[in-house]
Amino acid sequence: MLIFEHARKGRLNYSQAPAKRAVKRNIPENLLRKSAPLLPEVSEMDTVRYYTRLSQKNFSIDTEFYPLGSCTMKYNPRACNALAMLPQFLARHPLAPEDTGQGFLACMYELQEILKDVTGMEAVSLTSMAGAQGELIGVTMIRAYHEARGDAERTEIIVPDAAHGTNPATAVMCGYKVVEIPTDKEGDVDMAALKAAVGPKTAGLMLTNPSTLGVFEKKVSEMSRIVHEAGGLLYYDGANLNAVLGKVKPGDMGFDVIHMNLHKTFSTPHGGGGPGAAPVGVAKRLLPYLPVPIVAYENGVYRWLTEKDRPQTIGRLSAHMGNAGVLLRAYIYVRLLGSEGMHRISEFATLNANYLMAELRKAGFEIAYPTRRASHEFIVTMKEIKERTGVTAMNLAKRLLDKGFHAPTTYFPILVPECLLIEPAETESKETIDSFVVAMEEILAEIETQPDMVKSAPHQMPLRKLDDVKAARELDIVWKP
Amino acid sequence: MSIPAELKYAKSHEWVKLEADGTVTIGITQHAQELLGDMVFVELPQVGRNLAQREECAVVESVKAASDVYAPVSGEVIEVNSELESAPEKINQEPYAAWLFKLKLSDPAELDGLLDANGYQQALESEAH
Repeated sequence: MLIFEHARKGRLNYSQAPAKRAVKRNIPENLLRKSAPLLPEVSEMDTVRYYTRLSQKNFSIDTEFYPLGSCTMKYNPRACNALAMLPQFLARHPLAPEDTGQGFLACMYELQEILKDVTGMEAVSLTSMAGAQGELIGVTMIRAYHEARGDAERTEIIVPDAAHGTNPATAVMCGYKVVEIPTDKEGDVDMAALKAAVGPKTAGLMLTNPSTLGVFEKKVSEMSRIVHEAGGLLYYDGANLNAVLGKVKPGDMGFDVIHMNLHKTFSTPHGGGGPGAAPVGVAKRLLPYLPVPIVAYENGVYRWLTEKDRPQTIGRLSAHMGNAGVLLRAYIYVRLLGSEGMHRISEFATLNANYLMAELRKAGFEIAYPTRRASHEFIVTMKEIKERTGVTAMNLAKRLLDKGFHAPTTYFPILVPECLLIEPAETESKETIDSFVVAMEEILAEIETQPDMVKSAPHQMPLRKLDDVKAARELDIVWKP
Repeated sequence: MSIPAELKYAKSHEWVKLEADGTVTIGITQHAQELLGDMVFVELPQVGRNLAQREECAVVESVKAASDVYAPVSGEVIEVNSELESAPEKINQEPYAAWLFKLKLSDPAELDGLLDANGYQQALESEAH
C-alpha cells in the first residue's frame, strides 16, 4: 500500500510541515504555483507506522546473513558512522576556506595515502562517487595518456568474458571497441586468445583479479607483460579487492590504474542505491591525468590541488570532494583496522569462503570450479539439479528467504549455467555460516521430496512469489489519485 | 533439444532461413531463448538499414538479461516482425516461428560460412563446460 492511500484530506504531519514564515519568502508572484502540490496528507503517527513497517520488511545486513556474491556485504561498524556524524564534519561547508577545514582535509589526505599504500599505486584521487564512475575515470585517463603521446592508433580495449558488464560498457562509453577474450576450463583467462588479441591497436586490458569466477588469475604477471609489451595499459577492476587486501598489491601485479569500491572493501554502507565511492589509484605515468580535487600536504598545511596544479587533469567528475561522508567512514574504518587488521580482512574473507565451499560440497552441491581454491567467493551450479528436477537457482534463492537468509547472487557470472555466486565476507562467524549450510542442506532435501513447494517459494515472506515477467512487460509505477 | 535441419545457424545463436525469393529470415534459437528466459522487450533494426556481418542490430531483453542480436550475414533490412514489440513472449513460445527481421543478402556466399544443424549442435556441446 502506498503512503498516498493512507491519506485523508486535512491531516498533517506536524514534525515535517514547513514553518509558516518559510512559505513565501521573496519568490515573485508569477512564479508561485496556483494549485497545491500532490502530497500525501497523512498524520504524523500514521507516517511513522508506515515507514517503520516498510523498514521491517527489509532484508538487510543489519538483520540477516547476506552472502550476495560480488557485492561484499560486510558489516558496517557503528563506530565509523558515529565518528563521521560528528557535528564538526556535518556542519562543514564544502566551500569553506582551507584554513578552517584542516581536520577534514587531513582525513582525506591520510585516506589517499593509506589507499596508495595498500594498492601499491603512485597516487590516488578520491572524488569518484560509484564503481562505474571509477571505471569511467580510469579508462578516460588511459585515453588521455595515449592521446598525449600522439598515439591515435589505439582503438581497442580487451575485456575477458568473465568481466562485470560495466567493463565493456565503460570501454564503449570512452569510445573504444571492445575485444572480448574467453576463459579456459579452469576459470583463467585464455592466454593464447590474449596473445592473439593484443597488438598496435590495444589501448588497454580491463581485468578483475580475483575474477568474477571466484579464482585468482595465476598468470597475471605474464598477462601484464604481454599487454605492456604491446604498448597497452592495465586496468584493475577493484570489485574483488576484498580477497587480496593487505596480501597482494595491484601495483605489484603490474596494473597502471585501479578503482576500489569503498562501499564493498572498505565497509561503507551499501545497497539501497548508495551512496558509493570508488577512489582511483594510478601508476606514475597516469599521475598527471588524475581527476581533481586532490588533497596535498605542503609545509605543514593541507590544501586542494586544482586544475592550476594539474593542467593535464581529465577534470572534475563530482561536486567538491565527491561523497565526503562516505570517504570519512572509509577513513575511520581503515584507521580502526590498522595495517595488521587489513591483513585479517582478506585472510578471514577467503577462509570463510573456502570453509563454506567445502561444507556445501559435502552437503551435495556441485562447485563450478572444483579444482580451484576459492578467493573470497565461489560458484555453485544447479545445472544438474535443474535438468533432473526442474528446480532452478532462482527457486533455491527464493526458498532461502523463507529460512532467514538473503539469497546469493543468481545467474551471474553468465558463463556458468544456473549459478549461485556466494560471498560470505569476513565479518560472519562460523556459527552463522554453519546455520546457512544447514538451510542449504534442508533445501536440497526439499528439492528431492517436494520440488513444487520449492518452486513456489517464498512462502513466509510478506509477499509471495512475484510475477517479474508481468511486472517488466506491464511496467506501471505511476500512482494517480 | 530440437534444432531444425532446414535452417542455418551462427555461433552467436541466431538462425537463418533462406527463402524462395533469395531473401533471408532471421531469429534466435531455442537454446538462446531458453538461456535468456522470459522475454520482456525486443528492439528491432530500422527497415532500410544496411548491416555488416556480425554487426549488433537488435536487442532481446528478458527478466534475467539484455542481449545483443548479431547479423549472421550482411544485407539490407527489408522487414521487421513488429508484432514482437507487443508480444515478445512469442520468442519463448515458438523461437523458430517468431522471426526478428528479414534481409536482402549482399553476399550470398556468406551463407556457406554458417553452421548447419549438426555443426550448431556441436558448437552448443563445446560451449557447455
